[in-house]
Amino acid sequence: MKSSLTFHKVVVGILVLYLLIPLIGTFLFSIAGKWDHTILPENYTMKWYIELFQDERFYDAFKRTLFLIVMSVGLSVVIMLPTIFIISVYFSKWERLLQAAAMLPYGIPPIVGAVGLIKLYSGGPIPIAGTPWILIGAYFITILPFMYQGIRNSLHTVNAVQLVDAAELLGATKFQAFRTVVFPNIISGILVSTLLSVALLFSEFALANLLVGGRFETLQIYLADKLNSSGHLTSAIVITYYSVILLLTGTVLKLTFRKDKGPIMSDKKRILSFFKKIFRQKNTALEGEN
Amino acid sequence: MRKIKKQKIYLLALLLPFIIFVIGFEIGPLVAMIKNSFYADDGITVTINQYITIFKSKFYLSGIKNSLIISLVSAVISVTVAVIAAYSFTKFSSKIQNRLLMIANMTSNFEGIPLSFSYIILLGNNGLFTLLFAQLGWDLFADFNLYSWTGLILVYVYFQIPLAVMLIYPSYQGIKKQWKEASSLLGGSKASFWFRIGIPVLLPSIVGTFTILFANAMGAYATAYALVGSNYNLMSLQIASLVASDVTLKPQLGSALGVLLASTMILAMWFNERMMRRIRRDLR
Repeated sequence: MKSSLTFHKVVVGILVLYLLIPLIGTFLFSIAGKWDHTILPENYTMKWYIELFQDERFYDAFKRTLFLIVMSVGLSVVIMLPTIFIISVYFSKWERLLQAAAMLPYGIPPIVGAVGLIKLYSGGPIPIAGTPWILIGAYFITILPFMYQGIRNSLHTVNAVQLVDAAELLGATKFQAFRTVVFPNIISGILVSTLLSVALLFSEFALANLLVGGRFETLQIYLADKLNSSGHLTSAIVITYYSVILLLTGTVLKLTFRKDKGPIMSDKKRILSFFKKIFRQKNTALEGEN
Repeated sequence: MRKIKKQKIYLLALLLPFIIFVIGFEIGPLVAMIKNSFYADDGITVTINQYITIFKSKFYLSGIKNSLIISLVSAVISVTVAVIAAYSFTKFSSKIQNRLLMIANMTSNFEGIPLSFSYIILLGNNGLFTLLFAQLGWDLFADFNLYSWTGLILVYVYFQIPLAVMLIYPSYQGIKKQWKEASSLLGGSKASFWFRIGIPVLLPSIVGTFTILFANAMGAYATAYALVGSNYNLMSLQIASLVASDVTLKPQLGSALGVLLASTMILAMWFNERMMRRIRRDLR
């Protein structure tokens, strides 16, 4: 029995090492002064970070990425919240359709999406290819599955339909009911999917590069451009960027932990529900077939 | 009654922005791509020549083949590793399991351009490990080239493993301790438990995970772009250079390739569903 535990320890140890070495290596590289013939750097320095934070281009790229994220995630919340609410309360027969539309982007890789977007928006009545506006539209679709799941689940959890019925019985209008009863109750549930979407868009490269490229340099495009220049500086960018991602996903995990009882359970549930959703989608297709 | 009808129209109007976005950026582009793939290079003549070109061209066929192989190989490796590792996870206390899942979750976000960069500084031509191994005189790594097939597989496996672990781990929770006890009470050995009960229970999630990983790798663009640029023949890189490069702009051909890539994924999903149905029927 004991030897088998050793086996598991070795397996997990190797896996963790394998997963962490690239991260640790990049981090060390970003604070290393001279490092070419030793196992660990000979000396450490912060000059790469100082250089990075004095780089106007980095700030500009960061600001552009933030602009895209705020616009598309904001739009998504503003549009999806009423849409999902209205459909689940008044047009429940269309729920399947909504789900299909919301989950479809999950199956389309960005590279395929980009092909049609370029065709549709270069020339024609709305020539927005090459401008940030096309990216906002594309990102709206990219985060659709996450936002849809998050919002729908929170509406279900708080029994939004019954809440509105109750509020209406007490004399509130629908809008009042939504604004004062439903909205405050689901805000924390939406926060999780919002943060996930932000993290997702932070690391989005394919669409940005294909649809807009250098004309609107986002963080990822800036990074791709810097790949071939100073390695130390680029690793400082990578670490800065990854810290932001960690902060976002860390907050997501914490928020999910707080809501459920045990952290393991919640994480398991989150992943399970993610998994189930993929299959539920298929089940609906299956039912349709029969 | 009329009031309710009026209200419904008002509500439908609120759905308009969503419908516009879905048509404009989801359905529209897909339809445009499919339609565009049936046009000749001039964009006027309707033809299926683009598909014929692809299936006659060695270049495009090998791109498709490379993508398929890389996706299959990386998915097989990652699922195998994840099945073993996730099982090992379950042997630890729940606190450690939690930490391990956190690490998987954390590293699953490390992908695309930053990941490629990280591998370049570690294993690239002047990478830290490359130089270190050279100094230590380890010939094993002397002819390793990151900017090649093996390099791509290595990086793909890296971003697939955390995802695979997170997807497979929950299904181990479905295997109850009592089942093991029952099986051994009835005279089953440890091996027969896994062959007759454990693996069949895990199979749906293994197949499902495999499909997700396969699709994930087929569509991966950023990682390959950063690592090999256009020096390596992959489907996603070909599409990108056909629709958005400055040199070889052939949007119709790119659309046809895009349709093929999307079909591969639909095919994978379909296959997954068939497998799932068969497995479930057996379980019943």
